[in-house]
Amino acid sequence: MKTTALNAGPASSAAEPKQDSRQGSIRKTSRINRFMVSPSVLVLALWMVIPLSMTIYFSVIRYNLLYPGDNEFVGLENFQFFVTDFGFMAGMSNTLLLVGSVLLITVVLGVLISLLVNQAFWGRGIVRILLISPFFIMPTVNALIWKNLLLHPVSGVFAAIWKFFGATPIDWFSEFPLFSIIMIVSWQWLPFAILLLMTALQSLDQEQQEAARLDGAGPWALFFHLTLPHLARPIAVVVMIETIFLLSIFAEIFTTTGGGPGYETTNLAYLIYSQALLQFDVGLASAGGLIAVVLANIAAFFLVRLIGKSLTEKQ
Amino acid sequence: MLSLKQRRSLNTLLMGVLAWGVALAIFFPIFWMLLTSFKTEIDAFATPPQLFFSPTLENYTLVNERSDYLHFAWNSVVVSFGSTIIGMMLAVPAAYSMAFFETKRTKGTLLWMLSTKMLPPVGVLVPIYLIFKDTGLLDTKTGLVIIYTLINLPIMIWMAYTYFKEIPKEVLEAARMDGSTLFQEIWRVLLPMSKGGLAATVLLSLILSWNEAFWSLNLTASEAAPLTALIASYSSPEGLFWAKLSAVSTLACAPILIFGWISQKQLVRGLSFGAVK
Amino acid sequence: MNNKRYLSAVMAVGMTAVASSAMAATKVTIGTVNNGDMVRMQGLSDEFEKLHPDIDLNWVVLEENVLRQRLTTDIATDGGQFDVMTIGMYEAPIWGEKGWLTPMEDLPSDYDLADIFPSVLGGLSSDGTLYALPFYAESSMTFYRKDLFEANGLSMPQQPSWDQMKTFAETLHKPEDEQYGICLRGKAGWGENMALITTMANAFGARWFDENWKPEFTGEEWGNAVSFYVDLLGNYGPPGASSNGFNENLALFNSGKCAMWVDATVAGSFLTDESQSRVAEHIGFALAPEQVTSKGSGWLWSWALAVPVSSDAKEAAKTFITWATSRAYSQLVEETYGIANVPPGTRTSTYDNAEYLEAAPFATRTLEAIGNADPNDSTLNPSPYVGVQFAAIPEFQSIATQVGKLISGALAGSMSVDHALKAAQSITLREMTRARYYSN
Repeated sequence: MKTTALNAGPASSAAEPKQDSRQGSIRKTSRINRFMVSPSVLVLALWMVIPLSMTIYFSVIRYNLLYPGDNEFVGLENFQFFVTDFGFMAGMSNTLLLVGSVLLITVVLGVLISLLVNQAFWGRGIVRILLISPFFIMPTVNALIWKNLLLHPVSGVFAAIWKFFGATPIDWFSEFPLFSIIMIVSWQWLPFAILLLMTALQSLDQEQQEAARLDGAGPWALFFHLTLPHLARPIAVVVMIETIFLLSIFAEIFTTTGGGPGYETTNLAYLIYSQALLQFDVGLASAGGLIAVVLANIAAFFLVRLIGKSLTEKQ
Repeated sequence: MLSLKQRRSLNTLLMGVLAWGVALAIFFPIFWMLLTSFKTEIDAFATPPQLFFSPTLENYTLVNERSDYLHFAWNSVVVSFGSTIIGMMLAVPAAYSMAFFETKRTKGTLLWMLSTKMLPPVGVLVPIYLIFKDTGLLDTKTGLVIIYTLINLPIMIWMAYTYFKEIPKEVLEAARMDGSTLFQEIWRVLLPMSKGGLAATVLLSLILSWNEAFWSLNLTASEAAPLTALIASYSSPEGLFWAKLSAVSTLACAPILIFGWISQKQLVRGLSFGAVK
Repeated sequence: MNNKRYLSAVMAVGMTAVASSAMAATKVTIGTVNNGDMVRMQGLSDEFEKLHPDIDLNWVVLEENVLRQRLTTDIATDGGQFDVMTIGMYEAPIWGEKGWLTPMEDLPSDYDLADIFPSVLGGLSSDGTLYALPFYAESSMTFYRKDLFEANGLSMPQQPSWDQMKTFAETLHKPEDEQYGICLRGKAGWGENMALITTMANAFGARWFDENWKPEFTGEEWGNAVSFYVDLLGNYGPPGASSNGFNENLALFNSGKCAMWVDATVAGSFLTDESQSRVAEHIGFALAPEQVTSKGSGWLWSWALAVPVSSDAKEAAKTFITWATSRAYSQLVEETYGIANVPPGTRTSTYDNAEYLEAAPFATRTLEAIGNADPNDSTLNPSPYVGVQFAAIPEFQSIATQVGKLISGALAGSMSVDHALKAAQSITLREMTRARYYSN
């Protein structure tokens, strides 16, 4: 429809003068556009390549900060050690569980809540502010508040509510450790989803909606055929961005459970910390980091398959 | 039987109540933190948790006495705004070209940019520390600005790209036909139209930089330490600390929270894509 | 015109600032934990700067684990970010041996090294050289509620056995009234639950490693100790015990919910402080419990100040740390914050002071506990490592944290003690093998 393709093939030989200058301006714009993208690409490429190559190098040598000078080449020993760790399988599955659950919760609730606040009612502005507030709080503070003030089985607010209804308070971090972490992280990221989806809903075509409603479409039909497709791209963006962040969640686990009990809340990032960083084994940490990259790539591959189209398609 | 209008307004009322309920529930932990910051340490840990108590400002005065809040706050401001500004200068052109001049490589480039964030910071701590040490960037605001720009750039590009995609090309083409240059096209037409989305992007980048607590702790000492370091200095000492921690957290999150609240109106107001249907 | 004048004024100020900074003070960056004594030290930095106007103190305060990671990264990569490092008895011997710390020699004559407890100095040295100056030291002991004991006709001996502690806990455990028999550390971490559990294990006759550095978790002694711990704390402790560290237990005890608590001697000052403790007048003190032996039943830890070799302000740094660990400093703390807040556990002179003993009811026991703790002789059977509640080897942090997680998991009920100990054994063997401790 529109002239999006830059790689439009060479103009037909029967080109009119107008088309010639069009061709010239397209080539000119393509140069400008490469120029506009390249600073970012260059900067990010440097940022990726330098630490990555160092990491690759460190992952195949023996390098412990506390034993300097002892840096012989050991091939895949670091990888092998990392992968045979007792917590490795748990680390992998917890990472995926954590990411998957938080994505599900934030996207579903995000869509529902942004729909809820999409129509005008009294105090809507304030409600919107309240809804996006958790994202402003630092993750470590967030975790500490939840752990000590809310979820503590003796003095927490949840415990008080439970006791009010006559039930015994739950020891969240012992009985449902991973769920507790999922709760905390979802609370932190829900505002992000709400923010993006809320702003996207603002641009929903009202006339189309009215027309469809007059034609007799019910609320569900409206939702599935008009709203949801419109939200496809923002949802895709939320999913991709959240995934990248959630894969390396660290602060919340560090502050609350320290990966335990056992390995129940250990994800890959935390495993790297406790296995490698805690004893300053840079070689092991690098190997672990590369394995995390592989996992992230696999996750991204599947995600792109699922939602990649919505990303770049025009509505 | 209610009329359509009555049903509609009842509906709106119910939705409103529900919305308020959800919002209050979500805001509750923050409210509780705020409340705790005005309690004494004993009250903070009291069972059952107290809603009513005699408030005190002692936590805030203590924080002010013990630490140089303004020094940390200034570092946070410089680092967050600095990295966001530089990031936007890089991101907006890139997103523009990818949104309106899409090539086969666009999706791949976008995904590749996101993949630069796949290495967990814990895994790459020592290489980065060594780089920073050798380039003299340890404990400098410049160093932090550089790192934050780099880690937030992919996100900024993605977000800007998303909002630019919402804008119909015809508007820009119309401007181009009218003879405006590329720069004018972006500055006079594109930016105002995507104001809301870009505001969200800027806000997001500010928040991410403001709250970033891994690099800011590991790459700074006393000179460039931002508010995250101030919070870290109140966590988990030997002794009761929840009231103090709540107070220092409130102080640390307040600037960005207030900024976000104010700009939130801009955000939502600026979103009317009305030029071309 | 006005702009121009403004600009030149700004430039003038700027140049003056630059000029004055040329005669600048030496900047000393101090990395420290945020314990009460350190916070007070930070509060007194003005006094130091008055005495030494050419030195400018900059503080970096972090939580213990974060600080340790930060400092180790810095010192091992020769980062030079810190001039004074707050380290403990774990790092000092390791780093000293690697030549990363400036030896503490040529101290001022009035420093009075002889006044400092030998065991504390010993814990901070390697091969006879002192590498850090102790800021404060602590051991562990038993805190109990005198009122509850009286009301139940119980009497706490000077040093109870763990068996006795169990009978006490049984009697005093009344969860319906929110009164828990005993509070102990359960949160996983080498310095958290493992500090306590190691001393318990010592008391049960266990040791971390035998003379060939093989771990002994599957042995009888560790089995007894950990089963006892899980049983005691699980049945007579507060809910959520497996995530309670020092702070959480302190809060519990201060609000009157614990009948007994075995933990750091420094807790004494918090428990007897009326502004934060509801039970300040009812605290009794006894030594940490023994079982088959009293060796290693109370731990020994000291936070000390050291100067890394990578610092660019070694002289100024040394001036600071000699000031902060001197008798004059204790005097200053006494004048500013009251005598009970003097940094404990390092100097005999502190404990010779009758006023101190009166103001700090936990002082005598603390002295006793520190005197009994010997990092070089902390286990019933001989062991190749130094340290009472840790082994001063670089691998210990990670190993002990993992073992701590397993035991915490056993306490939370997610695995049996047996399974936890077997896993602890395999994990430790694996790590020690990787670190090339076994020459086969």
